[in-house]
Parts: sequence; C-alpha cells; structure tokens
Amino acid sequence: MKSIEAKVVVLGSQGVGKTSVVIRYVGGMFSKAVSPTIGASFFTYKMTLDNYRIKLQVWDTAGQERFRSMAPMYYRKANAAMLIYDMTSADSFYDIKDWVSELKKNIDTPIVMCLVGNKNDLSDIREVSTEDAMEYASSIGALYCETSALKNTGIDDAFLQVAQQLIKLYETSPNSGLHTIDLQDNSSRPASSSPGMKVDSPKKQTAQSTNSGGGCGC
Amino acid sequence: MDESEGKEAEQVPPSVRNPDSASASDQDDFVEPASEEIKNAVLVAADTFVDINYDDLVNEDYDSHPSGVIHAIVRSGSQDEHSSSEHNDTSTGEESSEDHNEIPKDLSAALNDVALKESDPIEEIEEDEYGKGSKWQLEKKHIFILSSSGKPIYSRHGQEDKLVTIMGVLQALISFVSAAKDSMRSIVAGDHKFVFLVREHIYLVAVSKGLESVQQLVLQLSYIYNQILSVLTFTSLQKIFKQRRNYDLRRMLSGSEKFIDNLLNLMDHDPSFKLQAVRCLPLDSPVRDSIAQSIIQHARVKDLVFAIILANNQLVTLVRMKKYFLHPMDLHLIINLVNASESFKAAESWTPICLPKFDASGFLQAHISYLDESCQTCMLLLSVDRESFFILSECKKKIQERLIKYNGLQAISDSLMKTSYSCQQCGISDLRHFLYKSRSMAQYTSPELEAPYLSDEEQERLFGLYLYLHNRIHTSVRPLKILYHVGKHETLLGWVTQQFELYAVFGPLITKHTAIGAINKLLRWIKKEETRLFILNSATF
Repeated sequence: MKSIEAKVVVLGSQGVGKTSVVIRYVGGMFSKAVSPTIGASFFTYKMTLDNYRIKLQVWDTAGQERFRSMAPMYYRKANAAMLIYDMTSADSFYDIKDWVSELKKNIDTPIVMCLVGNKNDLSDIREVSTEDAMEYASSIGALYCETSALKNTGIDDAFLQVAQQLIKLYETSPNSGLHTIDLQDNSSRPASSSPGMKVDSPKKQTAQSTNSGGGCGC
Repeated sequence: MDESEGKEAEQVPPSVRNPDSASASDQDDFVEPASEEIKNAVLVAADTFVDINYDDLVNEDYDSHPSGVIHAIVRSGSQDEHSSSEHNDTSTGEESSEDHNEIPKDLSAALNDVALKESDPIEEIEEDEYGKGSKWQLEKKHIFILSSSGKPIYSRHGQEDKLVTIMGVLQALISFVSAAKDSMRSIVAGDHKFVFLVREHIYLVAVSKGLESVQQLVLQLSYIYNQILSVLTFTSLQKIFKQRRNYDLRRMLSGSEKFIDNLLNLMDHDPSFKLQAVRCLPLDSPVRDSIAQSIIQHARVKDLVFAIILANNQLVTLVRMKKYFLHPMDLHLIINLVNASESFKAAESWTPICLPKFDASGFLQAHISYLDESCQTCMLLLSVDRESFFILSECKKKIQERLIKYNGLQAISDSLMKTSYSCQQCGISDLRHFLYKSRSMAQYTSPELEAPYLSDEEQERLFGLYLYLHNRIHTSVRPLKILYHVGKHETLLGWVTQQFELYAVFGPLITKHTAIGAINKLLRWIKKEETRLFILNSATF
C-alpha cells in the first residue's frame, strides 16, 4: 500500500459555492450561512483507493477579486485543480476560462483539472447547459461533474474522479510532483527514486501521520 | 510591582511637559520617543504612542510613513540593533493646535446651505427611499467613502450607487476648498456634523447627529481608511488609481464591506477605539505567562513577527519580534477581522493582511485558527514569509497541545465564562462604572455593565457620557487634566495623568470630596489587580 500526498486547489468566482462543496465533502455538512472565505482555508482529507492511501491537501481559495493576486501562492505546486462555477450564472462559467489560462501559463507540472458545475439543485434556472460545459471540459482536458452542495449530489464522485486521475498521474508521469509517502519499506519501489518525487523518511512519515489525526478538524 | 512603577516614574520626567505651558496640547509629550526602559515594559506599541494625536491623524501622510518594515524583516532576517527609530510613528507634534482653518465667511454660508439641504438633490431623483423624512435620512450617522474622482465606494446606509449625487456634492465641496490650497475639515450645520478626511485617492465623510466630536469622528474615519488599507495596502491603492483615476474601487473591496460595517458597529459601542487601547482578558499572571511561553517555545520560526491570542475581542497574549511593536490601531483591525468573519471557524486560514501602522506598503501573511472546539479562542500567527503556512500550522498544533496539557485553554474559557468583574468588587460605593487606561501599555480595563446600565438605551447613554468626558478632556483647543461634571443623572469625573486616563461615573448625589476619595481608592484597587487585568510584561521571540 502506497501513500500519496496531493495538493488540490479549489478555484472559481465569488459565491459559486467553493467552500460549501469542500465543507460538504470534508466535513459532511452544509450550512446556509457560509461566510465568504478570507484568503484561503486549508483542509486535509484522507481516503483509500485502489491500494493507495491518498492524503488530499485542499486549498479552498477566496473568490473575491482582491484575493486574485494571491492565487498563485495557493495553486503553485498544485497537483489538481477543482474549477467550480455556478451553473445558474453564465459569468461564473466564463471566469473559469481565465483561471484555466492562468493555470496553463503558470504551472509547468502536469495537473489534474476538474470542471465542477455547482448548484445542481437549481438546475431549472440554469444558464450553463451540460453540453456546453462538457464540451469545454473536454477541450481543456478536464474532468466534468455537476454537483449540489445543498443536496449532496455529485461531490463525492467529483473528488473520487480527481483521486483516480491523481493515481494515474502518479503511475504514468514520474515528474508529476506528487508527494509520496511509502508505508512499507520503500527500497523496492522504483517510483520513489524517480526525480521530482519527494520521499519522506520513515521518521518524518510517522510524525506526519500522527499530526494529521487532528488535521482535518472542521 | 512597586519597583516597576518607580522605574517608570523615574523615566517619565524627560518627556513631561512644562506644567506652565498648560495650554500647549498634549502633543508635546509625544515628540520624544519613550525611553528604553519604558519601552521594555510596554506591550502594545507604546514606544511611539501614548495618546491620540488628532492632528497627526488628519495630516498623516502615508508616503512618509515608515514603510518597508516587511522588506526589512525579509532582508535582514532577525538582525536587530538601531532599528527602533525605523518604526517610530510619524507623530511630530509640530502641528499647531489651531488647525481648524477658518473657512471664509461667504463660502461657509454657501456650504451650510448645501449641508442643510443635504439630501435635496437626491429627493428629486430618487423616490421616498432616500428622500426627506425617509428612514435613510433619519439615520444617526452616515459614512460615505468616495474616490477622488467622485466615484462612490461605500455608504453605511443605503446603496452607494444610488447616492452618486451626494458623492458628487461631497467631491465638489472638497475639491472647491482644496483648489484654494486649503483643506476641508468639518462643517457644523444645525445638529449635524460633517467631517471630512481627505486622503490621496480616497475621501471619507462622516455625517453625524450623534454625540461624537469632530475629532472623534476623524478618528473613526481614520480607522475606516486603515481598514481599507488593511485589505488592499497603500501601495496597491496607489497603483490602482495611478493606472486609472476613475477606477471603481468597489470591485477590489467587494466582500470586505462587512469589515467596514462591523468596524463601525464596534466603534459605536466599544470604548477601546476612542481610547486607542485594547482590553485584556483577565487572567492570573502565571497562567498568562505560561500561555505566552507556549508560543515562544513552539513558534520559534524565522520571519514570524507577531503571535496573538484573542478571546471575545479581548487580548489574551501577544508575542512579538523583539524590535517590532504592534500599534493598538492595527490590533483593533485584527480584532475586527476576527470578529467580523465566520470563515475562520471552519478551518485553518492563510490570508494576507496589511497593518497600516506597521507597514502600509505590504501584506503580512496571517495563519488564523481557533484553538478550541467552541471557537472562542483564536490564534493569529503573522509572518512576512508567504510560504510558511505548513510550518506555522505545525507550530499551531504544538501550541494547542501544550495549551490543552497545561490547562491554558481551560483558564481562558473559565475567564470568559465568568463575567469579568463588577464594580462592587472594587469596594467603592456610588461608583457606577469606569474606564481606566494605562497610557504606557495602551491597555484599558472596565467593569461589567450593571444596573442602571442594562438596557440598550441606557448603555448608549453611558457611552455618550464617556464620549463627552473624553472629548472635553482631549479637545485640542483646551485640553484638561481633571474634569468634574455634575450631570442630571450622574456625576462624571475624568482625570488624565502621565500614566493613566481615568473616566469614572458616579451616582448624581456624590460630593466632590467623596468622588476624589473614591478615585484614589479605585486607583489602589487597580494597582492591586494590575497583574490580572493587564499584560505588564511584553513577551518577545
């Protein structure tokens, strides 16, 4: 069993529900009175998938314009980006294009992208059709999901797909920048010796696992 | 304790003003930086700051502000030495006290005219919502913020974009006066005061029929201006308006209006802003020391400038980099940030914040987290290193563990649970309430509000009394040292010395003699409780 540590950044316009999606996934709850994120919030989430233990470090960023210049700090070295828009707002969908071009310009390591249309519960007043979104997603090589943080639909699936892609990325692309922590002795693992990987020493690894216990407090 | 007081008293003389020049305002005191010993005894930025200098507030120029502190830290790591001059405040005290330039008579008449008809232009365009007799017009205090080109940025009541006409009038007034190489300070029209704070790119205007004096309103506007800087930094504000003079700043401020709203609400009922002092959570000094020690031991991180623990808007502890001080105004902005935002409760946050008094040119990076389940105790770690989130996150875990282990968190929540203290505990009959500010520490203490100040109206009235007392004592025209005021419902006594400011409220029937006796007794009581009520030793990394 191998462990991967992946950095996930959540991007999107103000009020599309980034925090709600993350809190729904990580904390399993929904609050109607989520206040706007200031700067960025940090969450960790651990899952086991296909013989991998994956630790997701999720940066939930603020959508407000004034934090735009801070974004590089959060998406730098990210392994995955969740690009969230509000399906009842065409503008928020168009904003995604800016994010994508910004990511492409500034990130040189391969990155998993997932386009997420949130607020599926309001699909009768939607402004962005599934076809348009899917077409766009495939044009940029991103995954596509429709979610509702309120109804808790599609969110687990979105993160699951991202995690699967991360594993694929890890297995196929040696310089993906994905951090790995091997739980067994790592002598036999060829992956751990490849360049660009950070292999944590066993000592550090235990420290990490004890700390992470309280890490996803929310 | 006595020792330290003796020390302080000894150190005071150099800056004591000549009592003969009584009319010279308090500002003279601030010219000289406090001596080294006092500085060491100081927790919150008292080196540069002993009292409000209103004239500086008005004239403060952020260009000449000692900026670049953040860069200095980044560059020099933690080398110290002669740096204390670097962060000295811009207080010069040179400003003459007759600052309120007379507006020429004819102009003043014209202005009053406009002022009186404040909402007339709007009335014609808008329907009832902003018209005569509307709820909007009857609001007690309005705050307008506009750009120098007259674009609306913020209005406390109503929607700022519906108020373009008013903003236009305000801009016209300001630019008309500034065309004559003069600056607009205030207009008094009927029971309304119009107070202006003109900054390089932003104009702030308060229109109030409340009890605040012009100076107090200027202070509030300065706070709001600093709040805006705290979100944007002065550098980026300048850049934005250099590129486009008529930029709509609301775009950049979107989402931070609530901080301005919250700050204004806090200022309307929290005396710490007008006192320019913070309130500490009462804690026994060994407990407080051990909390500070936990931070010092586990947060020895390069580039960490301040570590702060807050509980219910009160300061629990502050640890700072040796050569830097946190100005109370900056600390108030931090308290406001924590107070106004729910989002820190969900998870650890990593957010940029500019502390204008510390360095208006750049951001500090703040790691913000709550230490307890019930989200009462909030810790902020402020660093200049944008990459240090994970390091600070580790520090936070260790500090938290230690605070749990040694019952630090328990002590904080216990102190929060019980009401701070009642006036009766001081053992002085007829004393209803008081505010005591230690000037060298920039901290204040006050008892719980008790009968008759239980209803909102009564509390507001009490706050008004303090405003009055504070204003009478600090008015720049004729500052006072002692004021004894017999009012209809209570007797007020204000007393300002080199060490402290005391504002006390007694029952209406007390005699002057008893009041003075009571004050002396109160001072003795405060002295006795000092270690619990104040943070006397400033902890440094």
